[in-house]
Amino acid sequence: MPFFGFKGGVHPDYNKSLTMEKPVETLPVKPGDKYYLPLSQHIGAPAKPVVSKNQQVKTGELIAEAGGFISACLHSPVNGKVVSISHVVHPMAGRMEGIVIEADETNDEFVPISDEGTFQQIVQRAGITGMGGATFPTHVKLSPPKEVDSLLINGAECEPYLTCDHRMMLEETMKIIKGAVLIKEKLRIKNLIIAIEKNKPDAIKLFRKYEKEYGFELVPLYVKYPQGGEKQLIKACLNRVVPEGKLPVEVGVIVHNVGTAAAVYEAYTERKPLYERIVTVTGAVVNPKNLRVRVGTPILTLVEACGGFVGIPKKMVMGGPMMGMAVTSVETPVMKGTSGIVVYREEDMPNLTKYPCIRCGRCVDACPMLLVPSIMDRFVKKEMYEALEEHHVLNCIECGCCSYVCPSRRTLVGGFKTSKRHIMQMIKERGAKNA
Amino acid sequence: MPDRKFLVTFSPHDRNPETTDKVMLTVIIAMLPIIANSVWYYGFYAIKGYVLTSLFCIGFELLFNKISGRPCSLKDNSALLTGLLLAMNMPAAAPWWIMLVGSFVAIIISKQVYGGLGQNPFNPALVARIFLLIAWPVEMTAWIQPTPIIRGFLFDTVSSATPLGTMKSDLLAKGHVVTANLASYTDQLIGNVSGCMGGDGAIFVLIGGLFMMNRKVISWHIPVSFIGSLFLFTGIVWAVNPARTVDPFMHIISGGVMLAAFFMATDYVTSPVIKRAQIVFGIGCGLITGIIRIYGSYPEGTGFAILIMNAFVPLLDKYMRPLSFGEVKK
Repeated sequence: MPFFGFKGGVHPDYNKSLTMEKPVETLPVKPGDKYYLPLSQHIGAPAKPVVSKNQQVKTGELIAEAGGFISACLHSPVNGKVVSISHVVHPMAGRMEGIVIEADETNDEFVPISDEGTFQQIVQRAGITGMGGATFPTHVKLSPPKEVDSLLINGAECEPYLTCDHRMMLEETMKIIKGAVLIKEKLRIKNLIIAIEKNKPDAIKLFRKYEKEYGFELVPLYVKYPQGGEKQLIKACLNRVVPEGKLPVEVGVIVHNVGTAAAVYEAYTERKPLYERIVTVTGAVVNPKNLRVRVGTPILTLVEACGGFVGIPKKMVMGGPMMGMAVTSVETPVMKGTSGIVVYREEDMPNLTKYPCIRCGRCVDACPMLLVPSIMDRFVKKEMYEALEEHHVLNCIECGCCSYVCPSRRTLVGGFKTSKRHIMQMIKERGAKNA
Repeated sequence: MPDRKFLVTFSPHDRNPETTDKVMLTVIIAMLPIIANSVWYYGFYAIKGYVLTSLFCIGFELLFNKISGRPCSLKDNSALLTGLLLAMNMPAAAPWWIMLVGSFVAIIISKQVYGGLGQNPFNPALVARIFLLIAWPVEMTAWIQPTPIIRGFLFDTVSSATPLGTMKSDLLAKGHVVTANLASYTDQLIGNVSGCMGGDGAIFVLIGGLFMMNRKVISWHIPVSFIGSLFLFTGIVWAVNPARTVDPFMHIISGGVMLAAFFMATDYVTSPVIKRAQIVFGIGCGLITGIIRIYGSYPEGTGFAILIMNAFVPLLDKYMRPLSFGEVKK
């Protein structure tokens, strides 16, 4: 299989050795623990609660149903009682509507989902969203509006620090492969490609063994961030360029994270809904670990399971250091897309002394989407949204490479993120005017 | 446990260790061979020149910060860098007040009034050099004979013409270049010819330039396209009529071409950010330098060439923007 690569990208310090060798441990459920479940754990409309306060629920029981096609169901992660349906901490929105469940007894069994209906309906019923961080509802991706000839399973895990996908590839190899083959067969896709970054040689070796038997192609990827970006991955593995503003389906590809493939397998064959996931807890914690945790567990519980903080925590990041969100509270719950918790002390943080832009062009060379961040940043400051749109800011994948390399510590990607919202609004208004 | 206040910032949460002040410092370190070489040949004059321009530039930077009420911007090392570059663009025997005026023009007029670091459209050291060259042509061409430091500190100046000056005057007086009057390649390469403090000694400039490339501070695009296009252009003219100019190799190692190509044209602020625009920028610099040297009345054209190309940078960046990933050309 040829490797095509993409332009740009950066080489951050990977720091994966902290947890790379550590097998996944299951975080036990303790009676009395509270689980916080925001209704928006995915891109799209929030889920609608179907339980009421004080109702008893079992692990895997549906507690909120999808609020539309681009939405996902939500299941109780534990046996317990619904203690409130109001507001919970959310990493992006601060606080938002959610369900709080208090666990009463520890039980490893779950209420299976019904296996009636199509493959996509089962996946939807299981509440599966992309497990890589972007949390796009999986059943939507599995209902391509166009013909798809290639299924790409993303095992790049290019974010520094994170090892949850790596561990999963080592420990649940068969689930991933069988899940991928299942999707391939159900959707009648010709090619199945599993792509893994070369810094996981053990995983590559393991998958190689099954390559012939299960009829997939293994592509070892060059170690570079953002190798796991959907568009970058498609360019690297298939040399196809997804047109701007379009989804991978446009070039006949669907991309799923390894975790998603395993979740699809569990949902279809074991009828298990998505209520737990593997999270890498790392950084300034006593004993960094890969933990299997129930969705809704507050991150403080995770940190405590890792022996607590080392020193005084200054910043907590949900996800990886490149694209993760800094959270305000240790009560923030693990969500379906939470791949890691990275704790920073003051001394772990990079020097953030700001200087004026010196036009060094490092951001331009680093941008995998071939944008010109240094010039666009001027438009951000002057709120020149039309000019930004002309410079294709909407094509920005928010990977953060530009900010990462900036020696003047400009908040380049931050500016683009906020500007994109303004521009979307602008385009909407323009459409309304023309209509 | 009480909820702690956590710092919330935009992603990414990790950064490359390179910072602007370190980048500037790397450029200053890359200049050390050139500085050492000029001290070797001009002794006390060189030291005086570097110290004075650095102090004046830092002084003006501080002064402007005070007047405009902005925080001290010395820690970015850019004022020191401009000071050193300015000294390199002056004859060793330039009087102190020329350096004072030059530093004022560089820091205040061509940098701070535009808004400081990163905002100036033209290279500050070059603006100062060209200003001084036009305003005080005699003082700015008071070239002295280089004398290695081991022969004692030089206090009495022996004036002498630069190789390019000799070439130009021979051309104007006799109608052709007299090769015998020119310095040897070796002297030119090690800087044993009169001229600007940092301009000569192509080898030492090259060492600094390669060091910067190795540290990924600059890329090959501007130096290679600059030197390459000058070499080609002068080569063609020379091949057609050798009496008209010196050979292309002499062109690229004489005058300020090396210094300009590695240290002045590559100035981040005043050069394009897009790689292919940088190549066009470099070619423009090389061609204009060649045209001025061969057809103009100034013996040297690098300064003018870079300033002219500086003016085109916004246009180059605008019209040579690469297609974004997946962008369809309209």
